[in-house]
Amino acid sequence: MKKVNYHNLSSQVSIILLVLTLTISNVTLGQGNTDAVAGESLFKSNCAACHKLDKRGVGPALRNVDEKYDREWLYKWIKNSQGLIKSGDSKAVAIFKEYNNSVMTSFPGLSNEDIDNIIAYTSLPKPEPKVTAAPVAVSNGDDGTIQNMVLAGFVLVFLLLVVMFSLVTRSLTKLSQTNGEEVEPEESRMPLWKAFAQNQFLMLVSAIMLLLVSAYFMYGFFMQVGIDQGYAPVQPIHYSHKIHAGANKIDCNYCHSSARKSKHSGIPSLNVCMNCHKNISEYNGEEDLVNGYTKEFYDKEIAKLYDAVGWDDAMQSYTGEEKPVKWVRIHNLPDFVYFNHSQHVTVAGIDCQKCHGPVEEMEIMYQYSSLTMGWCIDCHRETNVDLENNEYYEKIHEELSKKYNVDKLTIAELGGLECGKCHY
Amino acid sequence: MKRLANIGITLIVTIVMVSCWTDNKKPNFQYMPNMYEPVGYKTYGEYIGFPREMEAMLPVSGSIPRGWIPYGYKNTLEGKILATQELKIPIKVTEDNLSKGKELYTIFCSVCHGDKGDGQGILVKREKFLGIPGFNDQGRNITEGDIYHVMMYGLNSMGSYASQTSEEDRWQIAMHVLDLKSNLNGEPLWSSIQKKSADNEEVIVSDEKNASNEAH
Repeated sequence: MKKVNYHNLSSQVSIILLVLTLTISNVTLGQGNTDAVAGESLFKSNCAACHKLDKRGVGPALRNVDEKYDREWLYKWIKNSQGLIKSGDSKAVAIFKEYNNSVMTSFPGLSNEDIDNIIAYTSLPKPEPKVTAAPVAVSNGDDGTIQNMVLAGFVLVFLLLVVMFSLVTRSLTKLSQTNGEEVEPEESRMPLWKAFAQNQFLMLVSAIMLLLVSAYFMYGFFMQVGIDQGYAPVQPIHYSHKIHAGANKIDCNYCHSSARKSKHSGIPSLNVCMNCHKNISEYNGEEDLVNGYTKEFYDKEIAKLYDAVGWDDAMQSYTGEEKPVKWVRIHNLPDFVYFNHSQHVTVAGIDCQKCHGPVEEMEIMYQYSSLTMGWCIDCHRETNVDLENNEYYEKIHEELSKKYNVDKLTIAELGGLECGKCHY
Repeated sequence: MKRLANIGITLIVTIVMVSCWTDNKKPNFQYMPNMYEPVGYKTYGEYIGFPREMEAMLPVSGSIPRGWIPYGYKNTLEGKILATQELKIPIKVTEDNLSKGKELYTIFCSVCHGDKGDGQGILVKREKFLGIPGFNDQGRNITEGDIYHVMMYGLNSMGSYASQTSEEDRWQIAMHVLDLKSNLNGEPLWSSIQKKSADNEEVIVSDEKNASNEAH
C-alpha cells in the first residue's frame, strides 16, 4: 500500500507553497519594514502634499533624507521648523532659503516613533521601473470605430456579392456552352435609354420625381449651412473632459469660473490648469490603447502645458517664458445673437449638460447642440421658470399667471420669445 | 467588366463625398459670413496688433474692477502672519452667504479638501493629490484671515484662487470652511455662534435705542 503515503499530497503541497510565498513576501519587504508600511501611510497623509520621494516638490525630495541630516535634527525640524530657523540653526536657515522661504508646517502631533517610521519609508530603495507588459489591444467600444467597422463590413459583403454574381454568370454561360447549348447572342434591339426617352409619360413622371428628390436634398443641404453640430476641432493641447470632469468629477465651474457671472463661459487661463498640474506632472489613469491615448500620450500633453505656461518641472519654478495656447473655439453664435451664460447658469440654474451634452464623457470636445434659433425657442417654450423664493418678482409673476391662466410660467410667457431679448 | 468598374467608381465617389461632409474637424460654411463674424474683436480671438496676437489680455496695470478693494497683505510669510492675526470677515453671517459659501466650496475646494473638509476629496481618494490636511489640523490651526489669505495667494501646493473667485466669493467660502472646521472638531457650528453673538449685539443696540428714546 504505497499509495497511502501520498493520500494528503495536495495539502502538503499547499502548505509548502504557503511557506514559500510567506518567505518571498518577507524577503521583498525586507526585515523590520512594518515600520515602513506605517511610515508610508503617514507620509501620504502628512508629507506628500509638498514632498515627493524622488522629485523636487514644494519641498525637497525625501528619498534617503536621513543620510543628509541626523535623526535628532529631523525630529526638531519636523515638529517645529520655524522654531529651528529662528534659533539660527545654519542647516535650517540654508534649506529655508533654498526653497524660497516657504514655511514647512509644524507637525507637533507626530511622535518620534512616527517620524522614525516615515524615515524608514523614505529609506526604502527606489523601485525598479516596472516593465510594462506588451499592450493588449482591448476594444473599449468607441462608437465611431464600431460604426466605421460595420460600414466597412457592409461594403466588403456588397463587393463580394458583386464578384460572386459575375462569377456565377460566367460559369453558367461556360456550363451551357460545354453542354452544347447555344447561348443566344444578344439581339441588337433598341437600347433601353432610347425606349425610355420615347415614352413621354415615363419621362414626365421621372422628371417630377427627380425634381422633388433633388429639392428634398437641396433643402436639407441648405438647412445645415452655418450649423456646426458635431464640430470637434483638433486642439493645440489634447484636453480630455472625460478625465477631468468625468473620472475626477471636477465641477465645470471650477475651470469655467466666469460662466457663473459673465456673458462668457471663459476658457480657463493656464494658471487654473496649474492649480492642479503643478503637482500632477504625469498621467496614471486608465489607458485607451485602441485610440492611442496612452500614458506617454497624456504625459506629452501635460508637457505641452508646462511649455506654454513656462513651468520648469525639475526646478518647480516658472521660467517666465510663456507661449499662448491657441485653443480653437467650438461654440460660436453669430454676431447678431446675444447669449449670456450667467443668466442661464446662475439665474435659471440650468445644468451645463442641457446645452453642451455629456461633456464628462467626451474625450474630444464637440458641439452637442445645433445652436439654431429654433433650438433656443423650443427650450424657452418648454422650460418653466423657477418662481420659488423670488420675492422681487412675486407681483409680476402673479399677474402674469393670472393673465395666461396658468400655475407655472414658461420662459416664453415671461417674454423669452421677444426678438429684442436676443437680437439687438 | 464594365459594370464592375461602374459600381466601383460610384462606391468610391460616395465614400469620398460622405467623408467630406462628415469631416467634423473643420467648421461648416456660412450663408453670409459678414453677418456672422463680428466686426469688433471677438473674445479670445486672434488678431494682428495685439501682443502675441492675443485678444485676451491682462487688464492695464493699475486698473481696478468695480467694487474691488485692495488687499493690503503681501504674499510673504510676514503678510500671512499679519493676515492670520488681523483680518476678519467683513460680510455678515447670513443664511444666504452661508449657502453660497457651501455652493462655491463644492465647486472649487471639495475636489481636494473633501465635502467635509477632512482632506479626503475625490482627487485625494484617487491619489492624484496626497497629504491634504483636514481643516482641524493642529499644526495649522486656520483662522478666517488665514483662510482668505491662502485663497488669495495660494500656499505651497495649492494655487491662488484669486482669478476664479471674487472677494465676496472668498469670504463666503471662508465662512463655510470655518463651519466645517468646527464640525470636524465636534464643536458647535462657527456660524451659529456668530449669529447668536450678532443677535445679542442687536438686542443690546435696540435696548440702548429704547433707553435713549425713553430718556428723551
